Amino acid sequence: MYAQLVKTDGHGVKSLDEMDPQERAFQERIDDNQKIEPKDWMPEGYRKTLIRQISQHAHSEIVGQLPEGNWITRAPTLERKAILLAKVQDEAGHGLYLYCAAETLGVSRDELLAQLHAGKAKYSSIFNYPTLTWADIGAIGWLVDGAAIMNQVPLQRCSFGPYSRAMIRICKEESFHQRQGYDIMMKLSAGTEAQKAMAQDALNRWWWPSLMMFGPSDADSVHSAQSMAWKIKQNTNDELRQKFVDQTVPQAEFIGLTVPDPDLMWNEEKGGHDFGEIDWAEFYEVLKGNGPCNAERMAARVKAWEDGAWVRDGLNAYAEKAAARKTVTQTAAE
Amino acid sequence: MSKEWPLWEVFIRGQHGLAHRHVGSLHAPDAEMAVHHARDVYTRRNEGVSIWVVQAKDITASAPGDKGPLFEPSNSKVYRHPTFYDIPEDVGHM
Repeated sequence: MYAQLVKTDGHGVKSLDEMDPQERAFQERIDDNQKIEPKDWMPEGYRKTLIRQISQHAHSEIVGQLPEGNWITRAPTLERKAILLAKVQDEAGHGLYLYCAAETLGVSRDELLAQLHAGKAKYSSIFNYPTLTWADIGAIGWLVDGAAIMNQVPLQRCSFGPYSRAMIRICKEESFHQRQGYDIMMKLSAGTEAQKAMAQDALNRWWWPSLMMFGPSDADSVHSAQSMAWKIKQNTNDELRQKFVDQTVPQAEFIGLTVPDPDLMWNEEKGGHDFGEIDWAEFYEVLKGNGPCNAERMAARVKAWEDGAWVRDGLNAYAEKAAARKTVTQTAAE
Repeated sequence: MSKEWPLWEVFIRGQHGLAHRHVGSLHAPDAEMAVHHARDVYTRRNEGVSIWVVQAKDITASAPGDKGPLFEPSNSKVYRHPTFYDIPEDVGHM
């Protein structure tokens, strides 16, 4: 999931009877699966939760360009390079759709970026891991985008219209990302011993961080209940994680790779896989900023923002000058 | 912080000769750049043959609270729909 640990401000979920008439009418619209649009009345908690979730999601798309961007100049063929460029460009686009969805809630994109650059806003823990080999690009597409899709498909039905519509666009584009990643893994797995070992190593390093993407387990997920009542979230973290494991394990087997989990076992009774305990201490450390690449990612984003300032200002100045010139010409003609 | 680029709403005409449709918004310093950005952000997969951009501040929208008075009057006018009229089958397709 690209938004982990989103706070809701709620103090437990209220029942309809506890709500004032306005809030009750709002909840009834949600229960009736009606979409909430930006200018509709909404509880402050709903607005704040959405701003947090959508902006975390947007930040994740933008920061997510960095680990993959690392391999654009070193892609093994021209075709792979073109594909990777297209994918990274998509991530930028996804970030932009999401910032705009967040802006409909009355916050500006620059404010959201300032929060990110000040270290006040989160982005997905997954992007704080390094991309050491070309196989990591395969593993990211296959596992990270695979996990993201698992989370984003139900978000298309989110109760907030602009977020839901952004997710529909994103999901349409995202499936190419996962397939190109798996394609890289297939090629490597069918290659030399060294190439296969490289693919296995990437799976070993990305498997657990990918499972962490879905966020804390339901028992520890304090904000889930309110988000689900508001239909900002449709499934619990553990449901989606389970689905991801069940989908991915056969894909690994198909290309002869081993999922790095000795406890992984098919459970006939539950019709799904049992899997080992996630290292939650690592997850919380990475979220706190102590992952392998947190500092590097942040520095790269801040540098890009600062280095781009003269372009943003220059284009503003040009637009103002051109507009002024137009007014002068018009006045002269009259 | 320097001034933020204004917000533009983007409308795209798809391949099939339909009307321009709202697809989303973006930031750009002026109209020309807004069209360029819209090309990159909203038509990476050949989604359109024409782009309109308009500054978000220039759009006037009906208020959600006016929904009743604005749209209710048409609720009672069922005779505006073809299914209101019973035409005998013998008349044939109409």
